[in-house]
Amino acid sequence: MSKHTLSVLVENKPGVLARIASLFSRRGFNIDSLAVGPTEYPAVSRMTVVVDVEDQPLEQVTKQLNKLVNVIKIVELDPSQSVQRELLLLKVKADLETRSHILETVQLFRAKVVDVAHDAVTVEATGSPDKLDALLRVLEPFGIRELVQSGVVAVGRGSRSITDRTLRPLDRTA
Amino acid sequence: MSEPPRPYDPHPGARPYPSPPPARISAQAEPMTGAASLIRSLEAAGVDTVFGIPGGAILPAYDPLMDSAKIRHVLVRHEQGAGHAAEGYALATGKVGVCMATSGPGATNLVTAIADAHMDSIPMVAVTGQVPSAAIGTDAFQEADIRGITMPITKHNYLVTDPAEIPRAIAEAFHIAGTGRPGPVLVDVSKDALQATTTFSWPTNLDLPGYRPTTRPHAKQVREAARLIVESRRPVLYVGGGVLKARATAELAALAQLTGLPVVTTLTARGAFPDSHPQHLGMPGMHGTVAAVTALQKSDLIVALGARFDDRVTGKLSSFAPDATVVHADIDPAEISKNRVADVPIVGDCREVIADLVAAVEAEQAAGRRGDYEGWWVQLSDWRTRFPLGYAEPEDGTLAPQYVIERIGKIAGPDALYVAGVGQHQMWAAQFISYEKPGTWLNSGGLGTMGFAVPAAMGAQVGRPDATVWAIDGDGCFQMTNQELATCAIEGIPIKVAVINNESLGMVRQWQTLFYNGRYSNTDLHKRIPDFAMLAEAYGCVGLRCDEAADVDATIEKAMAIDDRPVVVDFGVHRDAMVWPMVPAGTSNDEIQIARGMAPDFGDREE
Repeated sequence: MSKHTLSVLVENKPGVLARIASLFSRRGFNIDSLAVGPTEYPAVSRMTVVVDVEDQPLEQVTKQLNKLVNVIKIVELDPSQSVQRELLLLKVKADLETRSHILETVQLFRAKVVDVAHDAVTVEATGSPDKLDALLRVLEPFGIRELVQSGVVAVGRGSRSITDRTLRPLDRTA
Repeated sequence: MSEPPRPYDPHPGARPYPSPPPARISAQAEPMTGAASLIRSLEAAGVDTVFGIPGGAILPAYDPLMDSAKIRHVLVRHEQGAGHAAEGYALATGKVGVCMATSGPGATNLVTAIADAHMDSIPMVAVTGQVPSAAIGTDAFQEADIRGITMPITKHNYLVTDPAEIPRAIAEAFHIAGTGRPGPVLVDVSKDALQATTTFSWPTNLDLPGYRPTTRPHAKQVREAARLIVESRRPVLYVGGGVLKARATAELAALAQLTGLPVVTTLTARGAFPDSHPQHLGMPGMHGTVAAVTALQKSDLIVALGARFDDRVTGKLSSFAPDATVVHADIDPAEISKNRVADVPIVGDCREVIADLVAAVEAEQAAGRRGDYEGWWVQLSDWRTRFPLGYAEPEDGTLAPQYVIERIGKIAGPDALYVAGVGQHQMWAAQFISYEKPGTWLNSGGLGTMGFAVPAAMGAQVGRPDATVWAIDGDGCFQMTNQELATCAIEGIPIKVAVINNESLGMVRQWQTLFYNGRYSNTDLHKRIPDFAMLAEAYGCVGLRCDEAADVDATIEKAMAIDDRPVVVDFGVHRDAMVWPMVPAGTSNDEIQIARGMAPDFGDREE
């Protein structure tokens, strides 16, 4: 299996997320992560879907997604040609003894502490899935109390935009 | 028949499934209720027939429906019947079929028919009432999330709670259902949206940025396909239901004529190419002819036109047509390389694809490149002569089901419509009736829905009042939906039903015979409970019975002579008759058997 990152432009209409999620499950495709949010066009949302499939089923995934009436465009983002980020919020056990160690690690990963309690700190980190995995491995020994992570969001490198050409004609309805 | 049958072109007009004509209806906004707007929208979409049953949530729509001069509403007895009737209507006319039901159980009863239409790409719009928008999500009386339920089995669906959105939703629904790869679209309308006052205005343009079916094929791919056709030695045209949906039968005939290629037509494509044509090898697949199955299996080129390499056609996929290069043309890009990888993929409307292919092959031939299929035809003719379709007369003197079906086909002729359920009778009807024209064979292919025949025949007859419509049904199937005989009797829909009565779930019984050591677990439907002839009479139809081969023709003639009422003929047939040839499920097409334990001897066996 290999991971593929798909940027999916969809009409911002009720039920779109359900359509996409149910398509993945009924066709037997595994979603690794999914993130949805608005774009610069109010009528359009962007989903970033990471799927774990071989090339051949991947073609089926994109073709089946394209059949959904609310799906406008699908682009596969090559990891080397795109910026891929996820957000991690992490509650780590921290007493007087370990706190400074934790803060040091947080700085090393250019993460930040967003909340402090007498026996824990909450860390916010963004980065590639690899970087966040590394941070997690380092902080794990201190004791993780709670972990929450977003799906990957991704954008292609360079000046070109995948929304530009596709969506300009939609402006009038936006 | 009171009127001589008119020559029939089931697919008139140049464009498949035209989208609603916006110009005919004024775009001027008019005040009315959402319900009236719904009916106006259906009229604007060109609807002339709706099959349905009212109930609480859809009730507001039934009031203006009563006044519609353009729409005939056929009151069915069960919503599943409405759904299959809409499918039958669509298959027989090429237009979008329409069914209507109320919320909750009304809507869920449509689900089987919607799934059936989805599998067989039948253009259909289902309109359902929904509980008032304020009650949605509260487990209100007769509430079911039908949009959620039908998401996987519709081409698209809508939940409309704003009455102003009704015309656009209906216009889009008809456009989506009827264009591209056709399919079912459901429009769920909340009761408050039907009751509210709104303005009706028919959209002049549709805004569907994510829906742009590719109809024009890629010229380079078509040229490549033409090149492969003239270079191949053992080619086959593998014709699927998409050719009928695209109304491409004239183009197909031209391509076959020009190239001299053998043709096989799948279960959903029967009638797309005349059975009497010398290049027609018959139906491929699990119960296909030896010639059709083996031609695909041994081919060096498969030109798939509007077909989807279904498991019932390919058998064990990994061993299917191992030497074949594949040209695959379909309007749905997702079908291409889904099951069998295509060497030359062509996305486009089959009518345009085949027309372009004809031109491209002509260009090849003009350049002096012609296919040489002489050796191939020698082989094909040999298979066809040595392994024709056939059946054995039962030794106990009981009626052969194949004979009954064969005689119906002969007596009713190539202009009649034949509608089957699912099972042995369906396979025999596909095998032993000669289909010469498009739109004359209607059945449930992909989903395999028992109970399809009676309501679909009803819908077909409503769409084609001039035609003779025979439902060829099994006794198992017939008991699933025969309540629509009441609808037929009351609404003056004179279908003819042949119940091929073997007192059992025949196809399942056949599998039990072959694969479960004859242990007939729960497939016995018992003799004459109910008495189908009496049941027919109770429903206001004519009930006939026939158990003797000598009476078959006279009984069919008698049924043919009745045109003011539906007729049901109960044909008591031999129980142990089996469908042959057969490729056992999950095995290679090389394992085809012409009778139990009997493989055809192609003379190429390695000892």
